[in-house]
Amino acid sequence: MEILVCIKRVPTVGGKIAVTPDGQEVDTRASGFSISPHEECAVEEAVQITERGGGSVSVLTLGPAEAVEQLRGALALGAHRAVLLETDGREFGPIATAAAIAAEVRSGSYDLVLLGNEAADTGDYQVGVRLAHELGWPVATGIKNLSVEDAGVVARREYRGVEEAYSLPLPAVVTVKEGINLPRYPSLPGRLRAKRAAVETSAPVHVAEGLRKEALRVPESSKHQASVLGEGVDAVPALVRVLEEWGVLS
Amino acid sequence: MTALVLVELDGGAPADASLRALTLARSLGDVGAVVFADSAPADALAQYGVTDVYLVESSSLDGYAPQAWARTLAGLASETGATAVLAAGTDRGNEVLAHLGAITGLPMAANCTLVTPDGGQTHRLVRHRWAGLLLEDAVMEAPVALFTVATDSVANVSAETPSSPQVHVHKPELAEADLVVRAAESPAGAGGASLATARVVVGGGRGVGGADGFVPLEELAELLGGVVGVSRVVTSEGWRPHKQQVGQTGTKITPELYLACGISGAIQHIAGCAGAKHIIAINTDPGAPILSHADYAVIGDLHQVIPALVEALRSR
Repeated sequence: MEILVCIKRVPTVGGKIAVTPDGQEVDTRASGFSISPHEECAVEEAVQITERGGGSVSVLTLGPAEAVEQLRGALALGAHRAVLLETDGREFGPIATAAAIAAEVRSGSYDLVLLGNEAADTGDYQVGVRLAHELGWPVATGIKNLSVEDAGVVARREYRGVEEAYSLPLPAVVTVKEGINLPRYPSLPGRLRAKRAAVETSAPVHVAEGLRKEALRVPESSKHQASVLGEGVDAVPALVRVLEEWGVLS
Repeated sequence: MTALVLVELDGGAPADASLRALTLARSLGDVGAVVFADSAPADALAQYGVTDVYLVESSSLDGYAPQAWARTLAGLASETGATAVLAAGTDRGNEVLAHLGAITGLPMAANCTLVTPDGGQTHRLVRHRWAGLLLEDAVMEAPVALFTVATDSVANVSAETPSSPQVHVHKPELAEADLVVRAAESPAGAGGASLATARVVVGGGRGVGGADGFVPLEELAELLGGVVGVSRVVTSEGWRPHKQQVGQTGTKITPELYLACGISGAIQHIAGCAGAKHIIAINTDPGAPILSHADYAVIGDLHQVIPALVEALRSR
């Protein structure tokens, strides 16, 4: 099976998140970058599918030149080929992103395109669905279990205590969520191979969209530093009183 | 009609997440609700000021088919002249509205906390980025504004005066392609399902120490009528299944009480529990980041505090 996995380079945020003084971006002076978590699982899923049934995994990202780092990360996990749609500093919205990915899909002969359910940073929840409509392919989203069958793929997720199974004929688009698998650590030979691999680069077409970002800001928290009820088991009576006060003990 | 809202049902009644979407919709003008079921919870919708209910019966469209649901909303939006179509920011809500965006070629804003008409085809909005760790101020220019509502940030508030909604049975015009992808539903295994709507969540993190350490947390959760949730490290260590994860890449919770035990409070975890009304942290480290997001804290070892708390609650 020929699989294309779309990944995104996002800032690695740890204990704190801050924005740049102009309010346009996440302040990344003190952080690195990584593959958005759902998409790291998409890479692992694609590699596992081709390990079992043959085929190859191409990995694509739309982003700045530095996003080669995330493509090499995916190659180290077992992807075979890497494509960079290199942007010029302008932010691409979900409509332009889906159109740019569709152009790459049409130029290849893919059976399956995997994406993350949503990118960790922008959280737009729509690139995979828009891509599927561009291509006229079926799509399932938020998937946490994927199996390849004779007639296509069966994609499963859980919703309000019910398991939903979607049977998709191929070619198809599937967006996955963390939990579908546990991504492997890259092996040393994998990392060496990734370091030497060629990355195919092209420039996507930017399109202005009807949803325009003005500024980013950190929300004001309703919580402040916690009041300490006490230490160890001695704090239990105070803890019980608080629970009673809040009416959670019925 | 100003705003059409996709209303999801939970056991026949409007889902809590959808009531939050209805609350936001009411600030835009008249509200119509779209319900895919054989009967409409008209009384509950009246409490939220819905003036018209569009009922799509199973004889027209049986079960969940995201593209068909979106096609139905597109048809209703043009019939009613709605200037906004919205849904709750759930898996289904975001998915259906993404399809609607693709069908209509219009932008879609996911997980909004505030939407304000600004004349003509302009809406100003505030939406979540980073699962709510950041807010984005944005402007949407579109003949019909499509968006979903951040369910952990918008409260569910009923209307001052209930409405008397008219129920219309609607038969959507669907193409074969709209029905290619549809859910085959079966009951899922126990656990995890109620995490998103639980009244009490007992959270366990690295401090629990291993898969065996969760027994007292389960006991406490049961006593409080709640469920156990966990941090990302717990699922990546394989101690608990991923569906119990609270956080940006897991489930977002909105309980009355979140009791975070042995959880340091990485920012991605805070994104999942910030919708809790009250937070109490039990942690050995008084400097743990979770303490700056909690109402109260107990400084101590959860392995001693939790069994003592269980005992105290049992002897009440």
